[in-house]
Amino acid sequence: MTPVADALNNQDQDDLRLSIYSKKAMDVVSALQADKPGLHDFMALVSPAAEPFIESMAQRAASLTRRHFGHTMQMFVPLYLSNLCANECTYCGFTMSNRIKRKVLSSDEIEAEALAIRQMGFNSVLLVTGEHETKVGLEYLIAAVRLLKPYFSHLMLEVQPMSESDYAQLIRAGVDGVLVYQETYHRRTYADYHLRGSKQDFDWRLQTGDRLGRNGMAKIGVGALLGLSDWRVDSTMTALHARILQQTYWRSRYSVAFPRLRPCAGSVHEQQQMLSDKQLVQLICAHRIMHPQVELSLSTRESPHFRDHVSQLGITSMSAASQTQPGGYASANGALEQFSTEDNRPASQVAAALLDKGIEPVWHDWLHGFSG
Amino acid sequence: MLTLAQTTFSSRLFTGTGKFANPQLMARTIAASGSELVTLAMKRLDLRSASDATLAQLQALPVTLLPNTSGARTADEAVYAARLSRELLETRWVKLEIHPDQRYLLPDPIETLRAAEKLVAEGFIVLPYCSADPVLCKRLEEAGCAAVMPLGAPIGSNRGLLTRDFISMIVEQASVPVVVDAGIGKPSDAAAAMELGVDAVLINSAIAASANPVAMAEAFASAVQAGRQAYEAGLGVSSQQAQASSPLTAFLEPL
Repeated sequence: MTPVADALNNQDQDDLRLSIYSKKAMDVVSALQADKPGLHDFMALVSPAAEPFIESMAQRAASLTRRHFGHTMQMFVPLYLSNLCANECTYCGFTMSNRIKRKVLSSDEIEAEALAIRQMGFNSVLLVTGEHETKVGLEYLIAAVRLLKPYFSHLMLEVQPMSESDYAQLIRAGVDGVLVYQETYHRRTYADYHLRGSKQDFDWRLQTGDRLGRNGMAKIGVGALLGLSDWRVDSTMTALHARILQQTYWRSRYSVAFPRLRPCAGSVHEQQQMLSDKQLVQLICAHRIMHPQVELSLSTRESPHFRDHVSQLGITSMSAASQTQPGGYASANGALEQFSTEDNRPASQVAAALLDKGIEPVWHDWLHGFSG
Repeated sequence: MLTLAQTTFSSRLFTGTGKFANPQLMARTIAASGSELVTLAMKRLDLRSASDATLAQLQALPVTLLPNTSGARTADEAVYAARLSRELLETRWVKLEIHPDQRYLLPDPIETLRAAEKLVAEGFIVLPYCSADPVLCKRLEEAGCAAVMPLGAPIGSNRGLLTRDFISMIVEQASVPVVVDAGIGKPSDAAAAMELGVDAVLINSAIAASANPVAMAEAFASAVQAGRQAYEAGLGVSSQQAQASSPLTAFLEPL
């Protein structure tokens, strides 16, 4: 039973595209006034017709964010355990054919990373790997989680999609959240980018939310990699994904991320679908207006200037001081990274910038034993 | 004066600690509110850290701490958080909060009652956040809760007293203090709740997320006081028809 994936598969994306591009100013006004905005309101808000309304959208998004989250920002950091990958994806620095040095962290190296991260003040960590089921599979991840649990109160995973029983074991080991991004919801475009490996299985990836939801995973993250396909359509599918997940697996919390494609070693991707800063603000605001209570997350892919400003508009969760390479915190080595980051400020500087904007960086908001 | 679990409070405004821009502003705001009972999410305390900025500010204030179990999705998780708060903060007070529903943070009545029974048996002073359900409130009272805390509207929604009629029934039937918790967005909502006869209100988002929390806390303090005073003075009965202060048939009364 995969009700969420089935509902997404039943969407006619050509129809969505036509609907988005035919929205008028009055549709945007109506969306901004809606008491409980639905998918059609979201489509109006991400449509070209909404561009003149960006300030009104920002005002509404900021007000909703303050009401539901107050003047706070949850802080987390990614910990790259491995850059091994068994997939060929044309936009990613970890892609199998890319001749970069490969590494899987040992227990000692993981602990060294944990100590370095704790020193920066983080309590919430996102464990990231390439996708390599045999060498960096369930057993390795469970061992890593058990090793890291004494150091951190909140652990999330961004790894290959896994089976329902794997997720059950990971929850028991102490995982509080899983982020799996569909990259693009457009099946044919997805096939163009994913040329080899198990990541080619579009449906297995799309059904991940169902497998996580059935397991009662505390937090589930969704998103599209912005720049692979038409961002307005992919984001509409993301909004729908979050909405149906919420309705179906109502005990879980949801987060939406906004990764824009970044330059990386060996990339052959031409960034023709990239959205501008203004369009990214439009998108963040649209999500906040449709989902007042959902966590919206932003990574260090974005510039300090951009991050400092959108922290007031709708973003409620932020990484900082990120290294996108295994072992990067204890001993930096840029040759192993997945992509280059844009905001390279230390965590303390990001925190100071947030405080300047009247926002408290929250380093700890999780109790070991449950994840609310 | 309000007495709750043998403790007397002169302020009927209870406040929270979340959503503030920094711990110092939180402390100034609580002081301005006059609140003597302040709730604090256990999940916000960093147990690994030697000192917690929020807790340090709170412990310097003349308030009773009310640790809450926010984030718990089951009775077992809430009981765990309560035990932790007793160990860490050396208090028997606990605000029981169980909301598996992540969108509106509505309380789970079944898990809440289960946890309340367990915690009361363990000697906790239990203040449960619950739906404005008169029967559930009686059950929680029977379970030994020190008060009941029905919601006015969903947490953080600022929608005011959506549950007004049910709050009235709860006040009418309760033999423990009734505290309206969640949803109150304006001082006028707080005054309206107090006029209904509730014993106290708990306000967090409306104060903490406002542009000027200190001024807003003062406004709420005044509203709570005015509402309570009006209730104690005895509000007039409202009527669909005009009631002349000099009735036309007054001449029939014997001189």
